[in-house]
Amino acid sequence: MILLVYAHPHHSRSRANRVLLEAAATVPGVKVHDLYSRYPDFDVDARAERPLLEGADTIVLQHPIYWYSLSALAKLWLDEVFTSGWAYGPGGRALAGKRFFWAVTTGGSEHDYAPGGSHERAFTTFVAPMEQTARFCGMEWLPPFVLHDAHVCDDAALAGAAAAYRDRIAALARDGAR
Amino acid sequence: MLNFVIALLAAAVVLVPLAKRLGLGAIVGYLLAGVLVGPGLLGVIEEVDEIAHISELGVAMMLFVIGLELEPKRLWAMRRDVFGAGTVQMLACGGALSLIALAAGLGWKAALLVGLALALSSTAIAVQLMTERHVIATPTGSTAFGILLFQDLAAIPLIALVALLSAAPGPQPGGMPFWQSLAVFAAAIAVGRSALGPLFRRIAGTGMREIFTAAALLLVLGMAGLMQWAGFSLALGAFLAGVLLADSEYRKALETDIEPFKGLLLGLFFLTVGAGLDLSVLRAQWPLVVAVAGVLFATKFAVLAALARPLGVPAPMRLTFAAVVAQAGEFALVVFSAARSGALLDATQANVLNSAVAVSMALTPLALSLAERLAARVQTAPPASAEDIHADYAPVVIAGFGRMGQIAARLLFAHGIRANVLDRDPEQIGLISRFGYKVFYGDATRLDLLRAAGASDAKVLVNAIDDVDANLALVDLAREYFPHLAIVSRARNVRHLFELRKRSVAVIERETFESALRLGRGVLETLGVAPYDARVAADAFRRHNVATLEAMYLHYGDEERLLTAARAARDEFEQSFQRDRTLAGERSRAGWTTVPERAAQRTQGRGDTQETQGHPD
Repeated sequence: MILLVYAHPHHSRSRANRVLLEAAATVPGVKVHDLYSRYPDFDVDARAERPLLEGADTIVLQHPIYWYSLSALAKLWLDEVFTSGWAYGPGGRALAGKRFFWAVTTGGSEHDYAPGGSHERAFTTFVAPMEQTARFCGMEWLPPFVLHDAHVCDDAALAGAAAAYRDRIAALARDGAR
Repeated sequence: MLNFVIALLAAAVVLVPLAKRLGLGAIVGYLLAGVLVGPGLLGVIEEVDEIAHISELGVAMMLFVIGLELEPKRLWAMRRDVFGAGTVQMLACGGALSLIALAAGLGWKAALLVGLALALSSTAIAVQLMTERHVIATPTGSTAFGILLFQDLAAIPLIALVALLSAAPGPQPGGMPFWQSLAVFAAAIAVGRSALGPLFRRIAGTGMREIFTAAALLLVLGMAGLMQWAGFSLALGAFLAGVLLADSEYRKALETDIEPFKGLLLGLFFLTVGAGLDLSVLRAQWPLVVAVAGVLFATKFAVLAALARPLGVPAPMRLTFAAVVAQAGEFALVVFSAARSGALLDATQANVLNSAVAVSMALTPLALSLAERLAARVQTAPPASAEDIHADYAPVVIAGFGRMGQIAARLLFAHGIRANVLDRDPEQIGLISRFGYKVFYGDATRLDLLRAAGASDAKVLVNAIDDVDANLALVDLAREYFPHLAIVSRARNVRHLFELRKRSVAVIERETFESALRLGRGVLETLGVAPYDARVAADAFRRHNVATLEAMYLHYGDEERLLTAARAARDEFEQSFQRDRTLAGERSRAGWTTVPERAAQRTQGRGDTQETQGHPD
């Protein structure tokens, strides 16, 4: 089972993430877990979250990039749920062996993420913390899905990205079923 | 006299609540009681005519109280309802009924008289029904009331008409020409206008409460008597007295004083109508009586329903409006007795007509419920034309505009969302109507009012009524008639919450729970707990509480009968205490940062050394 954890604070105003999510949700075996709908008051219930994660073989975390990082609730969710004794540390093996797939959108274009560009660094630099988090918990890190120019790309490009995203998730679902 | 008082009170105490419980309404209860104690059955009341005179005072007092609510300014604004709607109603209903009477074989004189007399409605029944349903203050109520007022005025020329049509010189009540009647009327207004205020100020100044009450009664009866002497109806006089005092500072006090007299005397009035039903005539000629009553009611109902639209009655209220004034009234009885002495009607005709009038009165509450049901059926169908769609559409209807409803409404307002508001307390409402909300006075559990507030087109019903029974009644009503509405409800307590759950209400908010949690957080913070820790504690408490309630709800049906409300509340309190202790225990065992964890955190470079002040575990 694939658990798609979705963390967009303004889903109704989203352009790219909404299309991506809708595409991914069509794949059988994908369970969408919308954090901002579930916890509008940011009162993340770790004890309710953990069984959800334990029941999945693949965890997808999809959100728009905020300040080179997670959206706020996604970060709080990590802090509250991925704790010692469960996700890592002594006895913390709940996530070990699961696959982790990070899917994000950015407002900048790819060449903004380069020396001389407005963000100065390659986007891979900003991927590192997430990747290390997954690895620290013993999870298999999958190549992330990154959509740049999320709010300026044309409809065709967006549709193409959505199809690619769906295909990757469908492939994960097939692997998981085997 | 004693027997009769006992009969009245016994009927009021036993039969009226029973009839109300059966959904028949108070009036039917009184009418049935009247039939029961009347000469035909138990015979406790023999002198129906004498009692009828006393009981008319009940009608007078009802009209007085209505008059108190109507300042002259508002009455003036009603002139179109009175003279426009009133004239149209009299002519249309009177004409139709006269033609039917003519076709039934009466002579043209008798037919004209019978038609016009039956066109008059029963003010007592119509106003009482509209008051029970909180329609009286709506535009529909105002139109209906205007018609009734006009009928009170029209009754005088009608009696004059009897005399005119009679072969033999008929009786002329009041015995004065019409212009003299009008002069008395005008003089009463002029004197009353200037003298009543100072008079009541003087009486109130004595500080003797019972004298004030006596003065109020004297005023009502005096005015009623004066107007009757001048040839108008008792009711009109009392109404006039009320209007004259409507803008005085003693309005509220007068209302409170008259109210109990009004209620009981009005009951007495309906009782005498029931007692006045001549059972021997009914037994001998019941098919004819029922046919006359049925035709009379159906004709007036049809004519009024057709007139409702041109008279400006909103679409959902038209059937209700027609049913409310479709009966014949007590004044028809006066006209028939005059017509009989004027030899325009024979004894049998008069008897049948009298009985038919009483039957049509008894029929009204039932017909009204039927009309409301029918209107509900029609209304749940999609609106036939754009014209039927409410002009001031609001996606939200808020029922109950107290402390909860107001805050919810203001949040919506700040978000640019329109809401129509219903509340039975006018004072709560005054402020909000200034913000562009459409406000409806009255009981939100009245179907017609809900509909007037746009429940048929709205998306969400905010049920912010604090009274548990009324709150649940509203849910049931909305489920039945407006199944498309999403209901958001406040819950007074756990039991209420479960009842709402049972009715599958989607959003339920316990009215004190969130603020109590906030209060608890405030205490924790005051004691030095970090604000964020206090919030997390409150979040955890909420979760436990909700989970426990869910678990309790599964058994709700079983214990429902076993546990008294008090015991349930106590158990709940104990259980929540137990729960909190468990929660505190769990927290110290797990979930909170422990020493080995901190070591792990430091190894991964994320540990915050500030935190190692130690946790008391």
